[in-house]
Amino acid sequence: MPIQLIGFLLVAPALAVVLLLFIVPLVSSVTGAFDVGGAFGFGNFTKALDLYSGDILFTLVIVLLSSALIGLFSVMIGGYLTLGTNARAVAILRWIYRWPLFIPFIVVGQILRTFLAKNGLMNNIFIELGLMTPAAAMSFLDWRGIVVAFVWKQTPFVTLLLAGAMASIDQSTIEAARNLGAKRVRILIEIVLPQVRQTLLVGLILSFVTMMSVLSVPLMINAQSPTMITANMAFRINAHGDYGVANALGLISLLMTSVAAIVYLRQTMREHSQ
Amino acid sequence: MSFQIDWKWIPRGIALGLLAFIIFGPLTNLILWAVAERWYFPHVLPLKYGFSFWANVFSPRGNAMASLGTSVLIAGLTVIVSLGLAIPAGYALARLRLPFRGLILLALLIPQAFPNLPVYVNIARIFYQYSLNGTILGVVLVHVTHGLVYAVWIATAAFSAIDRELEEAARSMGASALRGFWDVTLPIAAPGLLASAIFVFLESLDEFTGTYFVGAPDVTTLPLLLYTAGSGGNYQIASITALILLVPSIAFMFVVERFLRSDVLSKVGH
Repeated sequence: MPIQLIGFLLVAPALAVVLLLFIVPLVSSVTGAFDVGGAFGFGNFTKALDLYSGDILFTLVIVLLSSALIGLFSVMIGGYLTLGTNARAVAILRWIYRWPLFIPFIVVGQILRTFLAKNGLMNNIFIELGLMTPAAAMSFLDWRGIVVAFVWKQTPFVTLLLAGAMASIDQSTIEAARNLGAKRVRILIEIVLPQVRQTLLVGLILSFVTMMSVLSVPLMINAQSPTMITANMAFRINAHGDYGVANALGLISLLMTSVAAIVYLRQTMREHSQ
Repeated sequence: MSFQIDWKWIPRGIALGLLAFIIFGPLTNLILWAVAERWYFPHVLPLKYGFSFWANVFSPRGNAMASLGTSVLIAGLTVIVSLGLAIPAGYALARLRLPFRGLILLALLIPQAFPNLPVYVNIARIFYQYSLNGTILGVVLVHVTHGLVYAVWIATAAFSAIDRELEEAARSMGASALRGFWDVTLPIAAPGLLASAIFVFLESLDEFTGTYFVGAPDVTTLPLLLYTAGSGGNYQIASITALILLVPSIAFMFVVERFLRSDVLSKVGH
């Protein structure tokens, strides 16, 4: 048997699973979005936009804001891990930052639901420390809670990728800039960041797609309107059995991520061809 | 002897303290909820601590033990199926000259590049026709699809990191290809494959969205139990369940680097 055939036979079962259990349902979500009572039409989209245009915008704003904050914090933490001069502070930071890395979203939702509530531990601590009056306490269980949950969970993941990339860049350019008296913030922005830009991009895109798929966090932190379209999709199916509108919302979320996904896949392909 | 105070520790201490509060504040909150018997406004800390809710959760009639059993069964089966698919695929992608290798890798990347919620919705619809909804097998298949991407990536990286000459040495001494794989390649790749097994296990244990659409209400895993308890306002039960899910995730975070050596990590996605 030729080696190429053996290779193909070894890969085929894994490919078949991805094809049957991911690509086929993905295609049927696209066709289902245009299926209005068995005929082709745009009815699901007009209904989806009618009911949920606010939530679509809300979703986009939350995910973009979260991505921006994740990017900012991961650059700050990764930058200090790479350029920090005090070995003990670097070691402490390295130990602290990665705790949420593998904590499941459903647990993050439960933890933050009790922590950020009006009478939650965070407000109680602030009141006890005298930083806030009890009357000023408010609940963060709205869009802010969702952003906090996403940033809390995803920053360690992007930081891990970014710190790895930063550690592997050529140290001599950093040393040269340091000897010339450049400040660390300037070294980070002008020398380190341009070299790890692609890793940051890949990390942020993976986070973007993940955030667009998470159902538990919006359900647990803020299920009332305005909420994320993931929660709307679950509601359409559980309450109305309305697959048409759910698929239309699904296609809208696919369009939002496909822009990001195309950038990511092209990036990966370029790296492979090198 | 002179004491030198490093004033730079003041901003450093504040920044690290703030980060520690952000990370550990919510985690402490979870632990407090898990051992709180009574806790209500305006008390900063629980009024009474105890384990009566734990006794409830772990009693033979409590549904946490049944959910834990279901979760572990599903995760175990998911690992077996995923690695059964990923080890041959990873070996072929790392070692054999495959036609359309780039395209195959691309196809295997797709589940990572699109939001999976619309996919789960339609899988549930397809599974319904084959009576797979609400069955363990249905949930395992969904978890396998999700875990397969990581499993194939890590397996490919683990096989790529092995020196090709070791295999060739075994072959030149008369070992068959399968024998060389079994006796030489597989043992060297084992730590990376073990890491991928643990990762797939955890992903399955923690998975919510797919189980919610395909499994509920017949298959209740720990994340579904946590969700139901939390929606019902039963924060003690939800927190205890969350803690059960939290412990393996944090343990894995600390040991992952021992399994995945940097030479393997650097080959992930290549």
